[in-house]
Amino acid sequence: MVGKTLYDKVWDAHVIRQEDDGTCLLYIDRHLVHEVTSPQAFEGLRLAKRNLWRVDSILAVADHNVPTTGLEKGITDPVAKIQLDTLDNNCEEFGITEFKMGDPRQGIVHVIGPEQGATLPGMTVVCGDSHTSTHGAFAALAHGIGTSEVEHVMATQCLIQKKMKNMLIQVEGQVAAGVTGKDIVLAIIGEIGTAGGTGYALEFAGEAIEDLSIEGRMTVCNMAIEAGARAGMIAVDDKTIEYIKDRPFAPKAEHWQQAVQAWSELKSDDNAVFDKTICLKAADIKPQVTWGTSPEMVLPINANVPNPQNYSDPVKSQAIQAALDYMGLEADMPIEAIQVDKIFIGSCTNSRIEDLRAAAAIAKDHHIADNIKLAMVVPGSGLVKRQAEAEGLDKIFTQAGFEWREPGCSMCLAMNADRLEAGERCASTSNRNFEGRQGQGGRTHLVSPAMAAAAAISGHFTDLHES
Amino acid sequence: MDKFTTHQGSVIPMDRPNIDTDAIIPKQYLKSVKRTGFGVNLFDDWRYLDAGEPDMDHSKRRINPDFILNNPRYSESSILLARENFGCGSSREHAVWALTDYGIRAIIAPSFADIFFNNSFKNGLLPIVLPASVIDTIFTELSATDHYDLVIDLQQQQLKTPSGESYQFEVDKFRKYCLLNGLDDIGLSLRHTDAIRAYEANRKKAAPWLFAS
Ligand code: SF4
Repeated sequence: MVGKTLYDKVWDAHVIRQEDDGTCLLYIDRHLVHEVTSPQAFEGLRLAKRNLWRVDSILAVADHNVPTTGLEKGITDPVAKIQLDTLDNNCEEFGITEFKMGDPRQGIVHVIGPEQGATLPGMTVVCGDSHTSTHGAFAALAHGIGTSEVEHVMATQCLIQKKMKNMLIQVEGQVAAGVTGKDIVLAIIGEIGTAGGTGYALEFAGEAIEDLSIEGRMTVCNMAIEAGARAGMIAVDDKTIEYIKDRPFAPKAEHWQQAVQAWSELKSDDNAVFDKTICLKAADIKPQVTWGTSPEMVLPINANVPNPQNYSDPVKSQAIQAALDYMGLEADMPIEAIQVDKIFIGSCTNSRIEDLRAAAAIAKDHHIADNIKLAMVVPGSGLVKRQAEAEGLDKIFTQAGFEWREPGCSMCLAMNADRLEAGERCASTSNRNFEGRQGQGGRTHLVSPAMAAAAAISGHFTDLHES
Repeated sequence: MDKFTTHQGSVIPMDRPNIDTDAIIPKQYLKSVKRTGFGVNLFDDWRYLDAGEPDMDHSKRRINPDFILNNPRYSESSILLARENFGCGSSREHAVWALTDYGIRAIIAPSFADIFFNNSFKNGLLPIVLPASVIDTIFTELSATDHYDLVIDLQQQQLKTPSGESYQFEVDKFRKYCLLNGLDDIGLSLRHTDAIRAYEANRKKAAPWLFAS
């Protein structure tokens, strides 16, 4: 008998019915909700006089729009305030558990789900946000959905889906010191491209993935969507179970024993068949820096920016030229020669405690360079912030000249006041370097937290080993 | 949802790959709690020269004459032609709402990002995948004339060009059925209420910890 992949197993366990053309009704265990993609869904329910199918499956939090300074003043942006109030009102009306602004459990939806134990192995997890792939680090089938689907899940507890194909991404061997989950996933995206995973569920495996902490694995799965895959998954191991144990929403008592036993099955069978397999050697992966306007435009720190003239494909060559123009870079210049203006350490990719520790270790006893206009650290949740403060990381950052902010999405997408001005260049630990992502005309370079901290200290990108 | 059966319209060529949802509708407009009114901010960063904010009077903004949507030839167009990986990036359905609100009914590209592709069908917007070589041909033909209309027949899954050429395209049976009939898929899924309840009962036995709270 042909073995099953991890994705096959979780998928099969959630199919309610299947049509002849392969369209399935898939059961959803956990639905995470935030303020930006839910108001129209709640409105739709009300208009159709429909109710929630299963209110206890939903956990809501405000994150995209929340300010990261001056919380005592409340929200000063009137348009954002309406959206945040709308979430509060909807949660109240429908009886949904919500972590509101000011609640220490509030934070970025993809940080708080795992932190609360609301994301569990073998679950189907959805959220109206593409980085829902993050939760795949727990062997959950987790992916982003649009607002119509948010409404569909609210009303039916199901999604209409077709099964994706299976892709295995095997990262063999061990990474060098200073190479993180962020570098691994950026290297993968550089290899397969931003559409390389389209239509696939990715499974990340191999020694380098096993070696990662759970937080590192979340960083990898977070960016599966940047490789075009809605979902990325990693098998359950002891680290997964250890991480979940005793978290507020985690199973308790006899349920815990039962759950742990069931979760041990959540890995691909040895004879599982993948539609596609990609292998990377961990030892070849250096700290990565994106230079362009798509996450696939990424290079190791010691490389030079590409030259469009070296590409014969006109579409490719034009895309490189357009990216260089937008980014204000010269062809062939060394990545290390790129000077930055702002530093952003945060986002659902890299705002957890280990990320902050890694950045603080570099910043300790140093000061940000004179050319840095702003360096900010935005913890992923109120609890991450508390933990960091208990460890004195906030002091290290502020003494080094960084601003220490309140949790939220912040300059990852710049919906609140945290943003780049036109032409400003940012070393960012977030996940998207699209044109205008961090502010109209802003220029984003994606890096790991340690690399962002090193850029803050040097004023330009620099190899951790040489700084 | 609006029905989609046949559609004839002129085509806007957007000759770039990886057009992402941040470009289609920039984040500042996502603060809206409505589904409508996004059309005026479709491709905002490219379409206007000044920085846009939600509370502005957009009719008074400085338009970018070099951007294709501002070319008078395309003012009545309803079909978008683009390169690969259209709609990559965030899951924001606002991107689809901006396109439909502007008047786009179909997008033709060699490939689409999954979530965008899915969102399109929920809003009566038809994404059509054609081979890169065909897309090339359409780009070339379009640039050689002053007026270029395509005719899309969803029932036949067929696209006709002015030169009389026709191309077949794929579309899922279920999605086609919903589009042709303008059906709300929540209503369709709720016909299976008993099956969902039965599944839930089994799951509760097999994985009780998922229902403990
Ligand atoms: S941190 Fe950024 S990527 Fe993550 S959920 Fe918030 S806006 Fe999206």
